Amino acid sequence: MRVLAAMSGGVDSAVAAARAVQAGHDVTGVHLALARNPQTYRTGARGCCTLEDSRDARRAADVLGIPFYVWDMADRFHADVVDDFVAEYAAGRTPNPCLRCNEKIKFAAVLDRAVALGFDAVVTGHHARLGADGLLRRSVDAAKDQSYVLAVLTREQLDRSIFPLGDSTKAQVRQEAADRGLAVADKPDSHDICFIADGDTRGFLAQRLGETPGDVVDATTGAVVGQHAGAYAYTVGQRRGLHLDRPAPDGRPRYVLSITPKTNTVTVGPAEALEVSTVRAVRPVWTGGQRPDGPIECEVQLRAHGVVVPAAVTVDGDRLHAELRQPVRGVAAGQAIVAYRPDPAGDIVLGSATITD
Amino acid sequence: MAYLDHAATTPMLDEALEAYVATAREVGNASSLHASGRRARRRVEESRERVAAALGARPSEVIFTGGGTESDNLAVKGIFWARRDADAMRRRVISSAVEHHAVLDAVDWLERHEGAEVGRLPADGVGRLHPDALRAELAEHGDRAAVVTAMWANNEVGTVQRIGELAAVAAEYGVPFHTDAIQAVGQVPVDFAASGVAALTVTGHKLGGPVGVGALLLGRDVAAVPLLHGGGQERDVRSGTLDAAGIVAFAVAVEAAVKGQQEYATGLAALRDDLVRRVRQAVPEVVFNGDPTDRLPGNAHFSFPGCEGDALLLLLDAQGIACSTGSACSAGVAQPSHVLLAMGADDDRARSSLRFSLGHTSTTADVDALIAALPGAVERARRAAGPRTPR
Repeated sequence: MRVLAAMSGGVDSAVAAARAVQAGHDVTGVHLALARNPQTYRTGARGCCTLEDSRDARRAADVLGIPFYVWDMADRFHADVVDDFVAEYAAGRTPNPCLRCNEKIKFAAVLDRAVALGFDAVVTGHHARLGADGLLRRSVDAAKDQSYVLAVLTREQLDRSIFPLGDSTKAQVRQEAADRGLAVADKPDSHDICFIADGDTRGFLAQRLGETPGDVVDATTGAVVGQHAGAYAYTVGQRRGLHLDRPAPDGRPRYVLSITPKTNTVTVGPAEALEVSTVRAVRPVWTGGQRPDGPIECEVQLRAHGVVVPAAVTVDGDRLHAELRQPVRGVAAGQAIVAYRPDPAGDIVLGSATITD
Repeated sequence: MAYLDHAATTPMLDEALEAYVATAREVGNASSLHASGRRARRRVEESRERVAAALGARPSEVIFTGGGTESDNLAVKGIFWARRDADAMRRRVISSAVEHHAVLDAVDWLERHEGAEVGRLPADGVGRLHPDALRAELAEHGDRAAVVTAMWANNEVGTVQRIGELAAVAAEYGVPFHTDAIQAVGQVPVDFAASGVAALTVTGHKLGGPVGVGALLLGRDVAAVPLLHGGGQERDVRSGTLDAAGIVAFAVAVEAAVKGQQEYATGLAALRDDLVRRVRQAVPEVVFNGDPTDRLPGNAHFSFPGCEGDALLLLLDAQGIACSTGSACSAGVAQPSHVLLAMGADDDRARSSLRFSLGHTSTTADVDALIAALPGAVERARRAAGPRTPR
């Protein structure tokens, strides 16, 4: 096959490209330039947007002996991921930008362009399994599993995707990179959000949304217990950084229960008030077999690296409804609910949807 | 493989390569006083004389450098500094919108860091500069002008400027005129003295010499403050141990390129015209950029409506055809060509362009390969561009 390997400059995508070459594919490497001002040079690797990362990707492609190009996706990335990220927070939700990037950039804009240019598939270094049966499964490396952020992909997108790393642990990938002479073998993992260089999400949002002071209200008493500089800066389940004036009467910690943009209110309460047993979501994508008519028993995950609980999931048109068999704390609107079917060969992604409440 | 990117770099001539290897085997620092040093010195000075003779300069006017970018920087910054030091009023740099980045960015740097003011001459639809515009600029700002810089031939669209006419206007106002003649030497007649310019950039690897060696021809009465300080080589304008092997090979290449220029240009232009004719036949909607007649004989530059240049490049590269989209930034992201934008092209046309440049190893087979691959690539690239998203 003629395949396009998306190369971020990290170790995973470099090894994924190497494996695609070894599998006999005709591989072309592409680095996606996502930052509008890629001049920022930072040591270490937080993302995939620096010139250093671009050079690392190019160097890996050179070692593999494959053609390499940089595709400028900065405008698309800004519109579909960064602006969306800010708008979601402004609406009181908690988006997952990696998931959005997969949905709109890597497996949409990039994949579409690749197909138009005559490529058959896109290869990425995501840690997830996608085998001959077409089912998307968790990686063998549970700690690095990225099936959650891939669960938004449709059948058509998955059919044109190759994830060569799903059967390997991160340690194995690093070892293989070293064995192959790839200089990125011991490059630190990227983490946090690639377009927020310093990791300060609140500061990033404040710059774009401005300060909009409002009340922090206790859910139990209805009393105003503090002030905030912008409700958008809070996430359901958050405990740190609330700066409450008054402690709870029982002295127990309080958590963000909800964010109400309309009244610019952040509501806080005790941990048990965070517990949720029913999750509603929209825009379901169902790839793990037949879309269910009635409720199906499965497992659900409600945030990246979050807990997995048994649930009964019903898909009805554009809506998804999940009854959790045990309550979960800190379910935030805007995150994805991903349904899995446990399987000895790797839990299978059935589908996903965006949580509304 | 069809290599159609000779304007980026062209293979070394055999005689230049042989001269390089032979000299590189010899030990000797041209600044040393002993026999080995004298031998190296002799090689360098003979080369200086050969370059000077080939380009219509005096040997003392040849400053060897590390290549075109250095020569351009030395000319633009060095002459600016010298003129400003002599007269604090003289801080205006007059340039054009179609210069290579080695000039463009040097001028921008002077503006940002050295308090230079910048006058930019406009280019017309084929990338040509007009002496009247320079005259108007100098009539208004001549007493503040430090230096004028304009390229002899454009590296992207191939348009050859009437450098003598421009230099004559600068001379009327007593302002030193620098020209980047990197693409011109060997392709069109270049004579330093006859052109009337004060400084001229030439580099080795565009004409069959090695990468990393070039020269700035600098008139004897033109002062330039050095970029590099040290041992005082090259009239004290360019310190650094002389690269005897590189310089010898460079001189061999310059001499050969200039000597064979006329015959070479005739053959190259015929092949290029064939390429242009067949590209137009294969892709009728193509737009030919640059001056249709007064252009580099090896240059063909097109816009392919509805395509993105970088997609076309990828598709042609996959079929063994090497060409160029024009300018690229250091991250490798294709930017719309500033040259085409300056010529009045819109963003889409600028982004849809490709340069094919022929050189001394080009054959009809290269053109055949291009024509075989091009229509399919254009069709695919057009599909990949899809409906335009507003930028």
